[in-house]
Amino acid sequence: MRDAIEWMVGGQQGEGVDSTGELFAKTLVRYGLSVSTYKQFMSRIKGGHTNYKIKATKDRNYYAGDGIDILLCLDKETYHVNEEALNEAAVVIQDGKELIVENCTTTFGIAYTKFTLPLKKIATEIGNPLAKNMISLGIAAGLLELPDDQFHSFIADIFQKKGAEVIDSNKRAFSKGVALTKEYLQAQIDPLSLPAASSQLFISGNEATGFGSLMAGVRFLSAYPITPASEIMEWLSKELPKVGGTVMQVEDEIAGICFAIGASYSGARAMTSTSGPGLSLKTEALGLAGMSEVPIVIVNSQRGGPSTGLPTKHEQSDLNQMIFGTHGEIPRIVLSPATIEDAFYLAAESFNLAEICQCPVIVALDLGLSMNKMTVPAFDTDRVVIDRGKLLTAEEAKAYNETHFKRYRFTGDGISPRPLPGMPHAVHTTSSNEHDENGYISEEPQNRTKMMRKRLEKTRGATIQEPLKLQESGTKNDLLLVGMGSTYGIIKEAVEELNKEGAITASHLHIQQLYPLPVAELQQIIQEREVVTVENNYQGQLLQLLKLHMPIHGQAKAVTQYDGNPFTVRAIVRQVKELISWQH
Amino acid sequence: MATLKDLRGDQPTWCPGCGHFSIMAGIQKAIIQLGYDPHEVAIISGIGCSGKVSEYVRTNGFHTIHGRSLPVAQGVKMGNPALKVIASGGDGDGYGIGVGHFVHASRRNIDMTYIVMDNNIYGLTKGQTSPRSDHGFVTTTTKDGNKEYPVDPIATSVANGATFVAQGFAGDIKQMTEIIRRAIEHSGFSHVNIYSPCVTFNKVNTYDFYKERLTPIAAPFDDRDKALATIREYDGLVTGVIYEEKRDDFQRKLNVDFDMQSCVSGTMDDDLFRKIEKQFQ
Ligand SMILES: Cc1ncc(C[n+]2csc(CCOP(=O)(O)OP(=O)(O)O)c2C)c(N)n1
Ligand code: SF4
Ligand SMILES: [Mg+2]
Repeated sequence: MRDAIEWMVGGQQGEGVDSTGELFAKTLVRYGLSVSTYKQFMSRIKGGHTNYKIKATKDRNYYAGDGIDILLCLDKETYHVNEEALNEAAVVIQDGKELIVENCTTTFGIAYTKFTLPLKKIATEIGNPLAKNMISLGIAAGLLELPDDQFHSFIADIFQKKGAEVIDSNKRAFSKGVALTKEYLQAQIDPLSLPAASSQLFISGNEATGFGSLMAGVRFLSAYPITPASEIMEWLSKELPKVGGTVMQVEDEIAGICFAIGASYSGARAMTSTSGPGLSLKTEALGLAGMSEVPIVIVNSQRGGPSTGLPTKHEQSDLNQMIFGTHGEIPRIVLSPATIEDAFYLAAESFNLAEICQCPVIVALDLGLSMNKMTVPAFDTDRVVIDRGKLLTAEEAKAYNETHFKRYRFTGDGISPRPLPGMPHAVHTTSSNEHDENGYISEEPQNRTKMMRKRLEKTRGATIQEPLKLQESGTKNDLLLVGMGSTYGIIKEAVEELNKEGAITASHLHIQQLYPLPVAELQQIIQEREVVTVENNYQGQLLQLLKLHMPIHGQAKAVTQYDGNPFTVRAIVRQVKELISWQH
Repeated sequence: MATLKDLRGDQPTWCPGCGHFSIMAGIQKAIIQLGYDPHEVAIISGIGCSGKVSEYVRTNGFHTIHGRSLPVAQGVKMGNPALKVIASGGDGDGYGIGVGHFVHASRRNIDMTYIVMDNNIYGLTKGQTSPRSDHGFVTTTTKDGNKEYPVDPIATSVANGATFVAQGFAGDIKQMTEIIRRAIEHSGFSHVNIYSPCVTFNKVNTYDFYKERLTPIAAPFDDRDKALATIREYDGLVTGVIYEEKRDDFQRKLNVDFDMQSCVSGTMDDDLFRKIEKQFQ
């Protein structure tokens, strides 16, 4: 029995690669397996190679894996693009004129079995030419010895709307695949051991972010479509009207943030979602939120930059923009979920922090986390409690008994009680100009100095529940690999691999609160350790950020990759070893 | 009911004689005539001399950034549909840097009023050409005269679907107040362009310039082509309500039972969570 399987389907865009991958992934989820996925795609609608990668394991996994055990090729390119990833004894399934089973070797010397068969012809004989891919899934299920009945009930569920004949023909296609395996590929691959059923969700980072925001009480999202963030607005478009809210697709990203600022000012929990190019457009209004002290949540799902860059590829190169972008100096908070469940909780926490500190909060996602689905343990609604900070009720505002409510009242913590427009006895002025406590323009130097301090010191104590995720090796002064965002699972496995090999002992730190950085805690963790950041950008922006806050210049380096693809475990292990051997 | 005194905010800093004073007065009077309390109204302004109006009229005010009064104001209305929302700013603010939002606000038809103080120049930055400056107009950045032609604001909003379009003149507060009142009463997006002479930097488009040239329109058209033809016929130099149409505003069309402000501190809504969670199981 095996505890893990790595499966991939590849083909031309528009050929059903995605739907086949999704179908198989969902089926594996039904068997209770832990499933991680990764979709490769191009910035075009039809044509161009695309693939859907799945790793399913008995125990929890966080990464779709480096290798491939079963490769389903819907086009010629699939094999060539993915040859290097084939594991020993892999099975490659491809369409062809005749049925042939061959023992082959990759150009990298890996032995595998090639199973060619006339898929289209067999599907037509079964009575449903469209069920071609279902035959291939039957082959995969046959190889892994997955119980048929569950697969059949799942087929019945998904094709429910299409009628009995479609369901039956798909079941026949599936069974045919299983039968073909028994006949031609007997014991080619060890069967997969299945876990006991558990309550888990299969969800993407974008969906979890939308879900977390909704549960935190968001009622308004205004945005402009952009990969890889669009699904957040699409998902909320479906859900928000049911709870009395709405999504607005507005004319550009500037409007996206400005509408949200307006809606937040008038009392709704409001957000905008975007990717790098959109964040660039939003930066002036980011300053508006900071200056006028209007709470706002901005989700930035990073992709390959700069400019239009690699619009459908993964990167983590907006860190500097998120932390430093906009003119002047504003209070802000930048959070970066490490996993999909963290995306749910951090989305919810981000609204609390935005309202507690009355400032913008940026949630940094990246394509890897945003667009790929993974199984996660069921979310816990008790973990984050909604906290609207110093938002006043109409009665509370009235008690101040002021003709013009002092919106920017100086208080001990810099955070001023906030009434809403529309409350009687709470007429107030909100402003992007430097202002006095009344909100009226003031260029008076003493007031300016006080107001700057008020604003910029607001976020001092701001913290999320889990600003840092630390997995220690237990060895003193070992190497510390540091990452952010979707690299969590990959770095986790790389560290395990390094520790298994033994030449280098390593621990793993993932930073979820990028700004304000929890410096004291970080210093405690780092101390004398050598640090290697692992990040998907050229400049080592995370490394630079750490160096900015801590005297670690002599002991810190970065491992980077900016080719549009996520790291592999192999690549991290190799680069870390190279860095270390070079240093010593 | 509010009095003029209730509606006075910060002390204005405009140059004596600036048209913006009259527009501020027109807004205040219209609010009084309509019987609104200051807390029921929110004025969202852009940046320019004009943008300061949100601090000078004492209603709820949000002085935003250059060119963005409209998107913020529309968001304010979305966040609290009960508020009377007025966006305001200058010609540079609305027809230059913010012109994209103006076109989209016109076609979107959210129930709010947009008042532009049009002085054919950039006042606050001390006299550069504006998208409303005439061809040939000499400024510090167009020393040999403006080589471009001005934006036609009211034709733009008429052509792009605004359901109420009007034009006023700071030299006629009575008519202007009447226009603003009707604009606020209108359900849907109402656009009011108001000629507002900049006495300091614009020596061409003066009070007299407009007095001599403006023609009042007796009654609004309900036909966009006719409104456009008239605007063209008078080269934009008309006053009054030019176009008016009854149509469901954006929020009504969404047909959502809005519940924007009910979020309170406390635990998450577990029933909602259970319902949605199913999608991912
Ligand atoms: C993004 C940005 N660009 C430029 C400016 C500088 N600026 C302030 S007001 C203004 C133009 C004002 O002209 P207008 O909108 O016509 O208003 P007026 O002062 O004439 O009432 C400019 C260019 C700014 N504040 N923000
Ligand atoms: S510069 Fe012109 S627009 Fe500005 S306040 Fe003076 S007169 Fe008015
Ligand atoms: Mg102007």
